[in-house]
Parts: sequence; C-alpha cells; structure tokens
Amino acid sequence: MNIQSFSTTLSNIIFLTMVAGIPAYCFIRGVKVYEVFIEGAKDGFQLVIRIIPYLVAMIVAIGMFRASGGFEIISHFFSPLLNRIGMPGDILPLALIRPFSGGAAKGVLADIIHTNGGNSYISHLAGTIMGSTETTFYVIAVYFGAVSIRRTRHAIAAGLLGDLTAVVASLWICHVLLT
Amino acid sequence: MLNIIWLGLIVLSVVFGIINGRIPEVVASVTDSAKAAFELSLGLTGIMTFWLGLMKIAEEGGLIQLLVRFLHPVMQRLFPDVPPEHPAMGAIILNVTANMLGLGNAATPFGLRAMNELEILNKTPGTATNAMCVFLAMNTASIQIIPTTAIAFLAAAGANNPTDIIMTTLFATSCALCVAILSAKFFEKLPFFQIKLNSTASLETL
Repeated sequence: MNIQSFSTTLSNIIFLTMVAGIPAYCFIRGVKVYEVFIEGAKDGFQLVIRIIPYLVAMIVAIGMFRASGGFEIISHFFSPLLNRIGMPGDILPLALIRPFSGGAAKGVLADIIHTNGGNSYISHLAGTIMGSTETTFYVIAVYFGAVSIRRTRHAIAAGLLGDLTAVVASLWICHVLLT
Repeated sequence: MLNIIWLGLIVLSVVFGIINGRIPEVVASVTDSAKAAFELSLGLTGIMTFWLGLMKIAEEGGLIQLLVRFLHPVMQRLFPDVPPEHPAMGAIILNVTANMLGLGNAATPFGLRAMNELEILNKTPGTATNAMCVFLAMNTASIQIIPTTAIAFLAAAGANNPTDIIMTTLFATSCALCVAILSAKFFEKLPFFQIKLNSTASLETL
C-alpha cells in the first residue's frame, strides 16, 4: 500500500513539475508563455474532431462483438489448447480482449483478482499482462485517425505481435520469478 | 487488414449474437458504443488542447531541441526517414517519455502531434509511412515503469506485495517493445506491405 501511494505521489510530482516547470524555465529564456500557449493549443479541437469517425468505427465494432459474447466463445474454443502449454484458462479472456478494449480488460482483470485473491499466482500474472500490453486497436484508430490514414499497412501486425510477445514473456517471467 | 478485422468483428457479432441468443444486446450496443466513442473524443479535447499549448512553450524555449539532440543516435536509427532536427522527433520523444512515466493523458496529445508532423513528411497521404508504423509499434508496446492500474487492483484485493509485478511487467514490456520495433522494421520490407502508388489518393497529390 505504501509503495502504491508513493508511486501516485511520484507521478503527481512529475506531472506538476512539467506543468509549472516548463513555462517557468521558458519564461526565463524569454518566451512569451501565455501567447505561445494559446498558439499551440489552437489545434486541439480540430485534432479531436478528426478522430471521431475512426473512433466510432472501431468502438462500435468492438462493442457489438463484446455484446454478442464473441470473446467468451473464442476463449472457450482455445482454452484446452492453451492449458497444454501452461497458460491458465482464466488468463485467455484478458489476453484476447486487451488489444480491443482497455475498459473491458480492466473489468476482466478485476474479476480474475477478485476470484483468485490478491496473493495468487494467477492474479500477479494477470496484472503483469495488463501492465505490459496496450489497447492496440484504440491507439491505431486514434493516431491514424488524427492524420486521416486509412491504409495502415503493417502497423496492426507489428502491434499485435508486440502484445503476443508481452503475454508469452509474462507467462515465462512470472513462472520463473513468482513460483 | 483493418477492412477484414472490422468487417469480421461486425459479421461475427451478428452470428454469435444469434448463437448466444443475445441479439437485443448486440442491437443496443451499436447506439451505446457510438455514443461512448463520441463522448470519449470530446472528453479528450480539453486535456489535448492544454498539453499541445504546453508543448509549444517547451518548443519555443528550446527544451525539446535539447532532448532531441541528446537522444539523436537512437532516434536516427529508429526513424531513418525523418530529418534529425524535424519537430516530429521532439514530439515522439515526449510521447514515449510520458508513456513511460504513466502520464497517459499527456502521451496522447504528444503522440497526435508527432503523427501530424510525420504526416507532413508523408508523400502518400491516406497511407501509413514506415516511420509512422515504427512509432505506432512503439506506442502499442510502450514501456511502463510502474503499472499503476494493476498494482492498485492487487492492493485492493489484499495482496501483500502488489509491487512484485513491477519487475515482471518491466521485463515483459521490454520484450514486447523489442519485438514490436523489430517486426515493424522487418514487415516494412515485405512486398505485401509496400506502399501502393497506383491508389487514387496518392495520385491526386503527386
């Protein structure tokens, strides 16, 4: 618990150092901080408006798939196979949903930890997977959406391969360090 | 690729919805998700605007150029197509740093700024460049020094040492980062992922 509040305090300090430190330093170096801030901030709204179609397309498709129970069907189908290579069946839904939805993955993580307890191996493994992977499809939709890119080439393949690596590496390192 | 994944998700939702008897839920999810996506975008606006303003100050004050010069050797190797002093480099560095420190709401504005700068260098608008794909790969496998969400969940469930996962996460995320960057570098050379110059979007600008 102490480390947790320490890390929260630390990120708050970093945050405020940037928010106050950057303008203070630049003011000393002769930057008209307020005017420059406004000039930079002007583009914010335009940028967000451009993302909307990409985000709607992605989030609706993922939301439909979640509502249909598709993630459950796929994890049910694959779990016997993964049990054989040492991946606990509870972990698969988390690994499957993580690239698509950060919020849903948080729900699955909370459920795993609640069912297995905070000190269990599976909970630590799930936490490691959660921390080392990203919501790849959200990042792709938002980042490419901002510059109106529709043909994403190999970005998804590389991103998903990174997520897969994170899951496999988590399984291995947790097996080595935590059992 | 996105075409197939997107269509696949939608068509499979209908199929699975029928199998599971969850058609009403699937129907409701369309409206709900569209609304959620819009609200999410609007929710980003304020903080996005703020960080973009702050970044402009850091640029004018020479802070970002300082960072760029310091990390030049690494950046040059990762993004050979981007000129060393280009503003994209600074935005990329800020984005990765913010991700590492767990400042998620600062990482996104920096990342979008980086994409904007990379787009200026893009000769085929509408199609991703090699530099963009490497940058995205770095982002989807971003290194997190402290996985705050997972630690908080474990601590709430009464874990004795929730911070045990810092080491394991750091290891797994480093592996993911290496593989993501290397695979982006490898895939960009494959014929299947080459930029197709005969598409209409690129012809208009050439």
